[in-house]
Amino acid sequence: MLSILADTMFFPPERSTVAGSVDGLFDFIYYLSLFFFVLIIGAMIYFVLKYYQRPGHTETPSPSHNEALEITWSVIPSILVGVIFFFGFTGYLNVREAPENAYEIQVIASKWNWVFKYPNGAESSDLHIPVDRDVKFLLQSQDVLHSFYIPAFRIKMDCVPARYTSTWARATHTTGSGIDDSGHAPLRLFCAEYCGEQHSKMHRGVFVHETADFDQWVEKAANILENNPPEIAGEILFKRKGCAQCHSVEGDNSAKYPGPPLNGQWGTERQVIPRGSSSPITVTMDENYVRQSIRQPNSEIVVGRKPGMTVFTPQLLKDEEITAIIAYLKSIK
Amino acid sequence: MSTITPETHIDSGHNDDPSSNYLTSSSGFMSWAFTLDHKRIGVMYLVGIFAAFFLGGVLALLLRLHLMVPNGLFGDWVSLNSYNQLFTLHGAVMIFLFIIPSVPAALGNFVLPLMVGAKDVAFPRMNLASFHLWVFGAIFFLIALVTTGLDTGWTFYTPYSIETQTNVIAATIGAFILGFSSIFTGLNFIVTVNTMRPPGMTWFKMPLFMWAIYATAIIQILATPVLGITLLLLMGERILGIGIFDPSMGGDPVLFQHFFWFYSHPAVYIMILPAMGIISELMSVYSRKPIFGYTFIAYSSIAIALLGFLVWGHHMFVSGQSPMAAVIFSGLTFSVSIPSAIKVFNWTATMYKGNINLATPMCYALSFIFLFTIGGLTGLFLGALATDVHLHDTYFVVAHFHYVMMGGTVIAFVGGLYHWWPKMFGVMYNEFFGRLFCAVVFFGFNLTFLPQFVMGSRGMPRRYATYVDEYQIYHVLSTIGALALGIGMVGAIAVLVISLFNGRKAPANPWGAATLEWTCTSPPPYYNFEHAPHVDSPYDYSGLKYDPQIGGYVKDPNAPKPAAGHH
Repeated sequence: MLSILADTMFFPPERSTVAGSVDGLFDFIYYLSLFFFVLIIGAMIYFVLKYYQRPGHTETPSPSHNEALEITWSVIPSILVGVIFFFGFTGYLNVREAPENAYEIQVIASKWNWVFKYPNGAESSDLHIPVDRDVKFLLQSQDVLHSFYIPAFRIKMDCVPARYTSTWARATHTTGSGIDDSGHAPLRLFCAEYCGEQHSKMHRGVFVHETADFDQWVEKAANILENNPPEIAGEILFKRKGCAQCHSVEGDNSAKYPGPPLNGQWGTERQVIPRGSSSPITVTMDENYVRQSIRQPNSEIVVGRKPGMTVFTPQLLKDEEITAIIAYLKSIK
Repeated sequence: MSTITPETHIDSGHNDDPSSNYLTSSSGFMSWAFTLDHKRIGVMYLVGIFAAFFLGGVLALLLRLHLMVPNGLFGDWVSLNSYNQLFTLHGAVMIFLFIIPSVPAALGNFVLPLMVGAKDVAFPRMNLASFHLWVFGAIFFLIALVTTGLDTGWTFYTPYSIETQTNVIAATIGAFILGFSSIFTGLNFIVTVNTMRPPGMTWFKMPLFMWAIYATAIIQILATPVLGITLLLLMGERILGIGIFDPSMGGDPVLFQHFFWFYSHPAVYIMILPAMGIISELMSVYSRKPIFGYTFIAYSSIAIALLGFLVWGHHMFVSGQSPMAAVIFSGLTFSVSIPSAIKVFNWTATMYKGNINLATPMCYALSFIFLFTIGGLTGLFLGALATDVHLHDTYFVVAHFHYVMMGGTVIAFVGGLYHWWPKMFGVMYNEFFGRLFCAVVFFGFNLTFLPQFVMGSRGMPRRYATYVDEYQIYHVLSTIGALALGIGMVGAIAVLVISLFNGRKAPANPWGAATLEWTCTSPPPYYNFEHAPHVDSPYDYSGLKYDPQIGGYVKDPNAPKPAAGHH
């Protein structure tokens, strides 16, 4: 009964094979702590009630030390923390080392976006994984420290620039059915290492599919350009690559979006300040302007805006993908 | 007549009238700003750190208010930046300007020389320099605050701290200077304890507060230089691009974390050890019992100081350091929990068969045991590797360190301040309001931080300006608690300040304590003692008798001499 209460109070649902053992250790430490807390605070309250200063009451002599007692209360906690340490450490090795033949997904964190790359070349901004299969996450960062955290799986690992780190999980439940996002109630994925301005917005969904659904999803995701008309493919890419984080497509020109709005802009003129210059020049929003703004975003900054956009190298965004995004930008009014 | 001859004194014009005390012996701004008197330096520190505490507290309330609603109470886009600066400055101000100097520099400065029966610390000029450096460091923090702010978190993690446009340089210069202030204080206390103890005060007859300050001082002088070097390297990185921590130049950002925590973990013990020292004094005095297990408590202070240097890697279990390193650091981390547990058991046992006076300082001491026990036990979840992976960088950690730092250090500090207040200013405060606000603080504190354990274990990451709806209930509870806590703290301090104007005159020894500082008058004379004090056991209360006429305790001339070596 108490354990049910504790579970519902303290934990998100257990959705990976390791979650149960982590929660088990948590519960063990919790009840042990509760026991000692009640013991210490109970003794404290009892002594206060029994020995508080009042007329006629006085202190009575008692030993000011007792080696047997003190050794006992040093040794017993030592043994208990040794046990906690042992279970913590075996559980940890389990999380750190992915089983062999795990399905490998590359996770690329940047300010303030997640990109997930699948073995067949598919990419997504939300995480999609198959159920009941070991999935290894190979983590990297494009800029500063980020941390890959999925509470329902009880896993977390920092993404360190210029270094690969990894973690893994095996999901135990699907989040819904079908390859469409609307059929799912996704789990949460957070960035847990402070990474600047939009750190708290760097959270995404985790979709756990049936194996057959996943195969279908990842196949479709790999071929956005072929499976969709250019405008639609461009819209998918626009959202997936994180452009929508900073650019409004509804004409919102407020400071809520660091970048200028992009709808209804095609062919219009704007004032930009070239890098190293102080006076603005006029440019037209055309194919070449958009391409340059993606490849070298800091070379010409729109007047009134600050440099800050991620540089999209060909590794992050292929030329064909830029073409599709251009088609999308042309289409939004 | 004074048996101590005066040496050269900068505060010219101090008067030798025996009825004057350190507060009235001379007057004017210069007599305070350039005083060499440890008591005045302690009082100036007290004023300074309370200003910092107030600033840090206001920042805390602002950020708690912001978190009342998932998208932030103060708007959206602009607030992301401001929120990041709020939590950074809250942390940096509280850690560097308030909590590190709180007990050692403010209370320690005032009490320690009195406890050894001396007229000052070993190096009074260095002591003054330490305070002036604190002021300079604080100015640099204020410069950072009013220019472009600071948004790195108080940990300055690279590479973000290399890139950010905010004023990292001013803040690091500030922290660098404060490091020197801390080293000077530590050095002074080590020499004072080593060389200035009176005849008869052997190491194992020292009050436990002295043991705690001594252990703290060891950490201050050994660990602080590492922070200084790290911050210099960070400045070099930002100004010159030397490439030690910057991955784009082949540097290692995780190296920064190793350097940073090599100081900052021991710094946690700079914060908590002196607080434990205060609690050892309070539990004994207000239970009217010798402290239980003196030797174990004394040794555990030193053990904590030394083991504290070996556990920094537990801040980095998910940083990508090797699993082997993580396992070793986890094991060492648990080893440091044992001396802390021993202290808690000893404090509780001290009350056994006592005569417990529930005066305000004792109420704070009991609060401390309650809150610090929660803080310590929740550390077990974070020391264990498997659970830490889930809880790391969530609100569970925020709650845990606030239970230790605020529920521990700040509560003990306020308790200690109430305990020594009559000695410091010669007035008694209102007991009713003292206890009332202690209760408000206790209630507000728990309402603030208990929900954070729950939301943290449910996955709420820390340092988030906005959050998903499901955590709102915990944030609302926490914010209400923080407002109560704020009211309680302001009230607790107001009770003390008001006593300066209407407080009853304090006797030399209002609590019946047996340590030496209570043998001089309240407030102490300029040279502390009229006569060289006689050293007795610091926890033997048998020779003290309550005199209702003066409202305090006096030595009972008929009391039998305490048996030698009762420890």
